[in-house]
Amino acid sequence: MTTTTPATRKPRLAINFRQYGILAALVVIIVLFEVLTKGRLLLPGNVNNLIQQNAYVLILAIGMVVVIIAGHIDLSVGSVVAMVGAVSAIATNQWGFPWWAAVLLALVVGAVVGAWQGFWIAFVGIPAFIVTLAGMLIFRGLTLVLLTGGTISGLPDSFTAIGAGWLPGVLGELGGRDVLTLALGAITCIALVAQQLRTRATLRRLELPMESIVQMAVKSGIAVIAIMWLAWLLSGYRGTPIILIILAVLILGYTFMLNQTVFGRHVYAIGGNLFAAMMSGVKTRWVNFYVFVNMGVLAGLAGVDSTARAGGAVASAGQNYELDAIAAVFIGGAAVQGGVGTVVGAIVGGLVMGVLNMGLSILSVDAAWQMAIKGLVLLLAVAFDIFNKRRSGGR
Amino acid sequence: MNGPILRMIDIGKDFSGVKALDSVTLEVERGKVHGICGENGAGKSTLMKVLSGVYPHGSYTGTIEFEGEEAQFRSINDSEAVGIVIIHQELALSPYLSIAENIFLGNENATRGVIDWNKTNLEAASLLARVGLDENPATKVLELGVGKQQLVEIAKALSKRVKLLILDEPTAALNDEDSDHLLDLIEHLRGQGITSIIISHKLKEIRRIADTVTVIRDGKTIETIDMHGPDATQARIIRSMVGRDLNSMFPPRDPKIGAEILRVEHWNAYHPVDTSRKVVDNASFTVHAGEVVGFAGLMGAGRTELAMSIFGRSYGTNITGRVFKNGTEISVRTVDEAIRNGIAYATEDRKKYGLNLIGDITVNVSAAALATLARFGVIDRHREYKVADDYRRRMNIKAPSVSSITGQLSGGNQQKVVLSKWVFTGPDVLFLDEPTRGIDVGAKYEIYGIINELAAAGKAVVVISSELPELLGISDRIYAISEGRITGEVAAKDATQESLMHLMTAGKD
Repeated sequence: MTTTTPATRKPRLAINFRQYGILAALVVIIVLFEVLTKGRLLLPGNVNNLIQQNAYVLILAIGMVVVIIAGHIDLSVGSVVAMVGAVSAIATNQWGFPWWAAVLLALVVGAVVGAWQGFWIAFVGIPAFIVTLAGMLIFRGLTLVLLTGGTISGLPDSFTAIGAGWLPGVLGELGGRDVLTLALGAITCIALVAQQLRTRATLRRLELPMESIVQMAVKSGIAVIAIMWLAWLLSGYRGTPIILIILAVLILGYTFMLNQTVFGRHVYAIGGNLFAAMMSGVKTRWVNFYVFVNMGVLAGLAGVDSTARAGGAVASAGQNYELDAIAAVFIGGAAVQGGVGTVVGAIVGGLVMGVLNMGLSILSVDAAWQMAIKGLVLLLAVAFDIFNKRRSGGR
Repeated sequence: MNGPILRMIDIGKDFSGVKALDSVTLEVERGKVHGICGENGAGKSTLMKVLSGVYPHGSYTGTIEFEGEEAQFRSINDSEAVGIVIIHQELALSPYLSIAENIFLGNENATRGVIDWNKTNLEAASLLARVGLDENPATKVLELGVGKQQLVEIAKALSKRVKLLILDEPTAALNDEDSDHLLDLIEHLRGQGITSIIISHKLKEIRRIADTVTVIRDGKTIETIDMHGPDATQARIIRSMVGRDLNSMFPPRDPKIGAEILRVEHWNAYHPVDTSRKVVDNASFTVHAGEVVGFAGLMGAGRTELAMSIFGRSYGTNITGRVFKNGTEISVRTVDEAIRNGIAYATEDRKKYGLNLIGDITVNVSAAALATLARFGVIDRHREYKVADDYRRRMNIKAPSVSSITGQLSGGNQQKVVLSKWVFTGPDVLFLDEPTRGIDVGAKYEIYGIINELAAAGKAVVVISSELPELLGISDRIYAISEGRITGEVAAKDATQESLMHLMTAGKD
């Protein structure tokens, strides 16, 4: 028989508290600004902008959380975003590439950049901090070379739609609301509940432990309400942003990758204890290499998104994006030493920053103060994390 | 002043229930060299940490009297203030600072925070002269060999006006010439009235330099021997070090030894940094199905290095030699290759090399054989959970569930997680490096039981251990290793702790 000792039980509660804590913080911040802005924060247009304006941070944060779990950091992503943006603008504007070819090219360039940095980090053994600090300068420099100091605008609509467009309202409108958006919301909810029930059935069949039916119902209920509410708001504006679909696919895909695949497990193992991973036969160098290739591809995608949204490429694009992404990941509960972190956490962290930005802007708070407030939030989030760990009897 | 310089009376110290020191009494005469001998884990280092204040007053029981007065050290600073300086096995010098800077580190010749470099270098030069080191005080420490670094440590001790100098295995990493020089220096300092305590495995050195020797075993003082007396022989010290009886600490086993599974021939490996140092020297050995083979050797003898260099070249450079499994030569150049060839190695330091301490039991158990739980790179997490839970029951891992974080488990349970991980790789040969270090007697018994089961299932088990009674109790055959060479092979039933200790301390003569 096993016994439950307080010493082993406490930290698990603390971890759950931490996970839901950041979600709770997001809700508190949303409610706070909704009240302060007298209901303007959650106007359909603002919610739509929240998604489209912050998509680049969320995409970068997904790549960054993988990097940080593996125990590294990537300071170059802002410059990579600028360079890839320049490449995709040149491809569409000057070479006449169709949008899909430009996107493909952007992702390939991102992958090559990632492979370059991954090579130095994984196989030469130079710390990621140094390699990506160098990359920050190298790729910013190359961006300036590509754009020769100027800007490229006049991108085709098919390309800009990726960052600033909506799914066409093929199902028509009902009472001024986009039916497709409502339908997508409903389908997502049904898929979510079906998935929950299916997992539950598998667990029961294998006689594995599971959460109580009430717990599951409450969690699913909250998720369904949140999704339908979002769909309702968006349907009243211009429908479903294309980038939201891309984000949803990325969030699901990367959560699956980190939780369910051998590669994801190896990333956690390397961050948790590099030596133990090595001695367990994990090909640590190759894993580190691919972590950076992946970051490069996602930086490429973020470059496409931000260029498309801006409608053109400028040499100064993407500045401080790396810091936004890193902040999102740490607010989302990742550990500085590596080994800990989730995609959902990073997304929530990114949204916390995004809501703060938007709320403070609506309140016309000076940009200088906005920056200072965001810095404080990052500091407090990580301090809270450390405090939590210490209280739960960290070693 | 008369009387002993140091008396430690009835010292006891335990670590969350595990007794490291039971009742140790130590009396050191002024102006003498006092040796302390004992097996690995006997409590020597713990005792010295109590003495130097690393374990502060109140965290141990018993009393310490220094120069006739009771001492209650709360930190190393307290003990250094009265003139007790300890020099650890791993030297604690800062490699990029100069000799002079290192000597006065934390004790700088400064007025209002500004360092007087002339005074520092002059004093350093005179200290260097005292220890017989002919080097410029401005030389960076990393340019010095280990022997000279040791002398810098002693110069640093002298700068603190040391009265009692403690040296923990000072010659472990030194060659013969440097060792000789160091021992001469200790004798020279004795002439100047400085008392020394020297902990060493090398009994020849103890024989040469110590005036008295205290033997510690299982956290207790066994005896204190006057080395100028008539019966002060090496053999007597060995007998005293290993003296305990083999009691019923080991589960019974009925060995059924089958065909040879693993044969290693002429294995050599060099130190990864100091590439001229041969760490494993022409080692050859065999292991059979159903057999438990012990590797006996003192710390630094090359046991771990031998096993790690075989296991995917995880240690060392310039590795040469051949490995045969079931009679055919195999390649074990990477850890992955070694695992696929049915070899498992549970590391000595489970926290550093064995476990992901922030991960739960499940991810640790599956870590070395994830591929068997995955299809197209996707892990079957339900099956993974089942496997982990199955091992939790089989190995009797005491935890609320397999979702418990391994860092929160006790040492014995952590070790069981490590064993589960390696058994789950389905190995034919298991190397277990110090499988019972730092765990309590009950968990030890369970681990011996697991080892017996593995052998009974036809696996070949190699146990590396510093505890001779353990090796004698669980092995069928034992290899003794000293200075990287296999110095003997004996059937466990014919071996005694004394005979093994002789083989383990056999030097290159």
